[in-house]
Amino acid sequence: MFTFVPRDKVSKNWVILGPLVSIIFTIMFGLLIFTFLGYDPLETLYQVFMSPFSRVDRISDIFVKACPLIIIGCGLMLCFRANIWNIGAEGQFIMGALLAGSFALMFPDVETKILLLFMFLVGFIGGAIWAFIPAILKTRLNVNEILVSLMLVYVAMLFIDFIVRGPLRDPMSFGFPLTKPYPEGALINKIPFPGIGYLGQLHYGILLIVLLIPLSWIFINKTLGGFKITVLGSAPKAAKFAGFKENSITMTVLLLSGGLAGIAGVVEVSANMGQLQPEVSFGYGFTAIIVAFLGRLNPIGILFAGITIATVKLGADNAQMTMGIPKVVTGLFEGILLFFLLTGETLQKYQIKWKRFK
Amino acid sequence: MANGKELDILFKARKINKSFGDFQANIDIDISIKKGEIHALLGENGAGKSTLVKIFYGVLKPDSGTIEINNQLVSISSPKSGRTNGVGMVFQHFSLFPALTVAENILIALDQKISFQRLISDIRKLSKEWDLFIDPLRLISDLSVGERQRVEIIRCLMQNPKLLIMDEPTSVLTPQEIENLFKILKRLSKSGCSILYISHKLEEIIELANQVTILKSGRCVSTLNAKTTSTKELAETMVGKKITKLKKNNIKNNKTVAFEVKNLNKIKDNDFGITLKNINLKINYGEILGIAGIAGNGQNELMEVLSGEVICNNDNEILLENVPIGQKNITLRRKLGIEPIPEERTLHATVPNLALNQNTFLTYYYKYKNRNNFFSNFFISPQHSSEESIKIIKDNDVRCPEPNPLANQLSGGNLQKFILGRSMANNPKVAIFSQPTWGVDIGAATSIRQKLLNLSQKGKAVILISQDLEEIFELSDKVCVINNGVLSDILPVNEISASDIGLLMGANINNNTKSEVS
Amino acid sequence: MDALILTIIATSIPLLLAATGELISEKSGVLNLGVEGMMLSGAVGALAAVLWLENPYFGIIAGAISGIFMATIFSIFTINLMTNQVATGLGLTIFATGLTGLAGAPLVGKTITSLPKIEILFLSDIPFIGPILFKQDLIAYLSIAIIVLATYFLKYTKSGMILRAVGDDHHSAHSIGYSVKKIRWFATSFGGMCAGIGGAYIPLVLTPHWSEGMTAGRGWIALALVVFASWIPWRIIVGALIFGGITIAQLVGQARGWPIPSQILSMMPYIATIIALTMISGRISKNKNIVPASLGKPFIDTH
Repeated sequence: MFTFVPRDKVSKNWVILGPLVSIIFTIMFGLLIFTFLGYDPLETLYQVFMSPFSRVDRISDIFVKACPLIIIGCGLMLCFRANIWNIGAEGQFIMGALLAGSFALMFPDVETKILLLFMFLVGFIGGAIWAFIPAILKTRLNVNEILVSLMLVYVAMLFIDFIVRGPLRDPMSFGFPLTKPYPEGALINKIPFPGIGYLGQLHYGILLIVLLIPLSWIFINKTLGGFKITVLGSAPKAAKFAGFKENSITMTVLLLSGGLAGIAGVVEVSANMGQLQPEVSFGYGFTAIIVAFLGRLNPIGILFAGITIATVKLGADNAQMTMGIPKVVTGLFEGILLFFLLTGETLQKYQIKWKRFK
Repeated sequence: MANGKELDILFKARKINKSFGDFQANIDIDISIKKGEIHALLGENGAGKSTLVKIFYGVLKPDSGTIEINNQLVSISSPKSGRTNGVGMVFQHFSLFPALTVAENILIALDQKISFQRLISDIRKLSKEWDLFIDPLRLISDLSVGERQRVEIIRCLMQNPKLLIMDEPTSVLTPQEIENLFKILKRLSKSGCSILYISHKLEEIIELANQVTILKSGRCVSTLNAKTTSTKELAETMVGKKITKLKKNNIKNNKTVAFEVKNLNKIKDNDFGITLKNINLKINYGEILGIAGIAGNGQNELMEVLSGEVICNNDNEILLENVPIGQKNITLRRKLGIEPIPEERTLHATVPNLALNQNTFLTYYYKYKNRNNFFSNFFISPQHSSEESIKIIKDNDVRCPEPNPLANQLSGGNLQKFILGRSMANNPKVAIFSQPTWGVDIGAATSIRQKLLNLSQKGKAVILISQDLEEIFELSDKVCVINNGVLSDILPVNEISASDIGLLMGANINNNTKSEVS
Repeated sequence: MDALILTIIATSIPLLLAATGELISEKSGVLNLGVEGMMLSGAVGALAAVLWLENPYFGIIAGAISGIFMATIFSIFTINLMTNQVATGLGLTIFATGLTGLAGAPLVGKTITSLPKIEILFLSDIPFIGPILFKQDLIAYLSIAIIVLATYFLKYTKSGMILRAVGDDHHSAHSIGYSVKKIRWFATSFGGMCAGIGGAYIPLVLTPHWSEGMTAGRGWIALALVVFASWIPWRIIVGALIFGGITIAQLVGQARGWPIPSQILSMMPYIATIIALTMISGRISKNKNIVPASLGKPFIDTH
């Protein structure tokens, strides 16, 4: 029916067109599925994509939700650019939150935010340690990082469940599995705007994104380290020819992305929960994979991708409340979006040639 | 033009046209092959030879044109139908399956049903009959290149072909294996099987073929009688202009030892590799040392360890001007004046989807590092190489579609010019080339070889690792052969013959998987 | 003790099926990380079918069809549209998790009739092994049949050899005239069918109701099992039983009051997977012919 012909020059249009077209097609497809399931398509469209923009505090909540996605996404960008498939960001997120939380609970009376800064460090270390396991197995023994990092997600989920229900359990929580509340110094407060008060749940953690995006961009484009990562992912033999050490780069990107996921975990718990519970992540580590792809492994792209996906997630929450659509359906959309994005990548390199029937 | 002659014609292709998008690979090609004729197909890279024969075999379908076999119009719509019509093909890079046995590899191309027992006995019979000894139960991955080609040929013979197509069969063989192949092909042609033989080796064509068809830019420019033409005429028809001879200055008296390898050993790091055993070599400034050998005998491993991509076990295994550098990595060796030029132009020497300034930065980045300013060593990026990149493009006549193109936008020849220029701009002391003219047109190949000669004439030391014996003899002052990770003695080029080298290339070293000396 | 062995076998059946299907897929060169998703869809499909049609045997068919449906989506993208196999597989799992969550929502709380055991007369009277091996449900017998079939197919049939050839060098296979796409479509669909039936097994035999994520990572473990078995079908049985045993350890531990927390015991299968992968990696890098050479590489046919 049709075949692909290599383009002589990679289509620059498709770099931005790809994500945009993919989003549009995903929306169309999604609406089709919803209609098929008996939901009103226009109502669904409004709830999922517009309702998050309907009030100022809702818009700010988009950024709150996008925050962990973007932080993890920047880390995954480094890994995926080097062709290292870190699928375990979810586990690294959890371990970062867990380690930092345990640390914070050792100082129950501290009020200064310096504690929070230390928690970021501890959280980074926690996530990095969790990423170190697949990293060392890959560099020393050539074990595939996909399965190892993924298995560790399940381990992390069970581990935090154990810790929260066991050693760190708050005896005053009356049956609910929760740790004691964090001390003041471990919390990330909402931002008070003069005259308006708080904007939804918008908290100081947003500042991390403001820092991280430009830092990531500089790292990838203006440093030797970023160049090494790009070369390794594009042509490993060329990386060797340049004298870049594959193992060092592998270890670096995994530790960095694990650490960033860990920091994202600290932010989530400190800003939105205030104490540890068995479930601290709601698939952020996996959703961030989609964000990284949608953002074409580019910090600016990831910023927009994070906002887009966060919008959809919030919209899905609203849709669940108002229309009864189970919010787990976002996974459905994320999958479809990824499929279209990948097709867009193919179209970047190849042109469709329709075959005439003879 | 008697009708009797027409009956002699086995295969006739008329007005074959094939395009890929905008690129016209074959334009109005006519070919006529008699029964039992050995017909050579000559042309540069990109002339359209491989495309044409793939059409004859059925892997590709022509946009227009007809094919007649024994004066009957046939439609070859797939390789299976090609085989049914009596066409057999041995691809340049073979179409074999390393993880499967010889018998399975042959069975997979057989379209008729056959019992395994019968298959094995048929293989053994053919093997004996044609002197193509092969054990049906061995895995392809354990076979040498020469042995693999035998499997390909037997596979074709099993189908009783009327036309056997061979795509560049001799680039990977020793001179003795080539002799054997020619014997078989001549025997086949006597028995009535026609042969269509793609090659760029002019002398072979003259020795083997009856007729030669020359392709240029997709068109058939000439069909000549191979027995009455000359290599000069063939070359000039193929390229379309006069070919310049290499300018060689034979006066060389430099006795300073530039580069030395002493008792180098390197165990292979995985199952696919070759272990290097006790490598010893010495090269003076102003010399070209040619290391001949069939691909897969340790050239890649040797290149890795000479360039510094892989460091030696012992610092003293490699010496530059008597200073041990065995444990220095590739960047340090570049700083000291050693420039390696690898075999693979894309994905090894360059990154295809990065721009030329980024590809320059790839091997120049160490120059921008400043011992005193630790912090700014992080912030070096390809922009630093933009100027040098422009200079390389200008000085080496690299044709670019835009000022700073991606590496994959350049043609093979231009990319090679860029790669060479990038290395030479560093004014190295020692340059190590691996297969520098592999897959490159005659015109570009000549210019690359001249550059190598110029280098040595400027007093640099040049190591040339090449499968092309002609090239080795043309350029080298001293010659040796690498065989299964072992280097032969080094001899001056005028003390060794091609036949001697051939024997060394094909010898059975360490009773491993090498071919027998015939 | 008998009950223990039976439980171990039961736990290993989904792994066995999914891994065998994925093995065939990988032998043709296709790496499908969507196994977890295909199993989930098999589970949901089976549940829905049985709730609707009452007969649990329809569940098997529904499971197979659901798995094939998911595999088809995967095939369209990776084989026809030449997308990256790893990313597409991940996408498939994410997609399937969402889709099954949606489809399973109305099924929450409902229970179905389980698949009955079929006794093979005479053989089931053999002491010790009789009641264990010959008093199983249809899927269990099917899984053994599938493994035997897969082994025979790969080793002794020409089609199996062609499949292996495609996985070894897809360009050579194409040059000889085989349709790499068709063969991979078949292999992927077969993988989907097996994963679907493996997923269906969970509600049909193990836990007869829906819960989100009821495959609990078994699809991923199945992927690891294929590596652990060095792409040899009978070795999957060994691997599956070992993992089945480790999974059961948690229940045994709780029942016997071991002092190890239940969550730590539940971690064992996942940690064991990591250890198994580590152990096998050394062996794999020594022998070049173990991993199908074109695994994960898209076949780019640009004519």
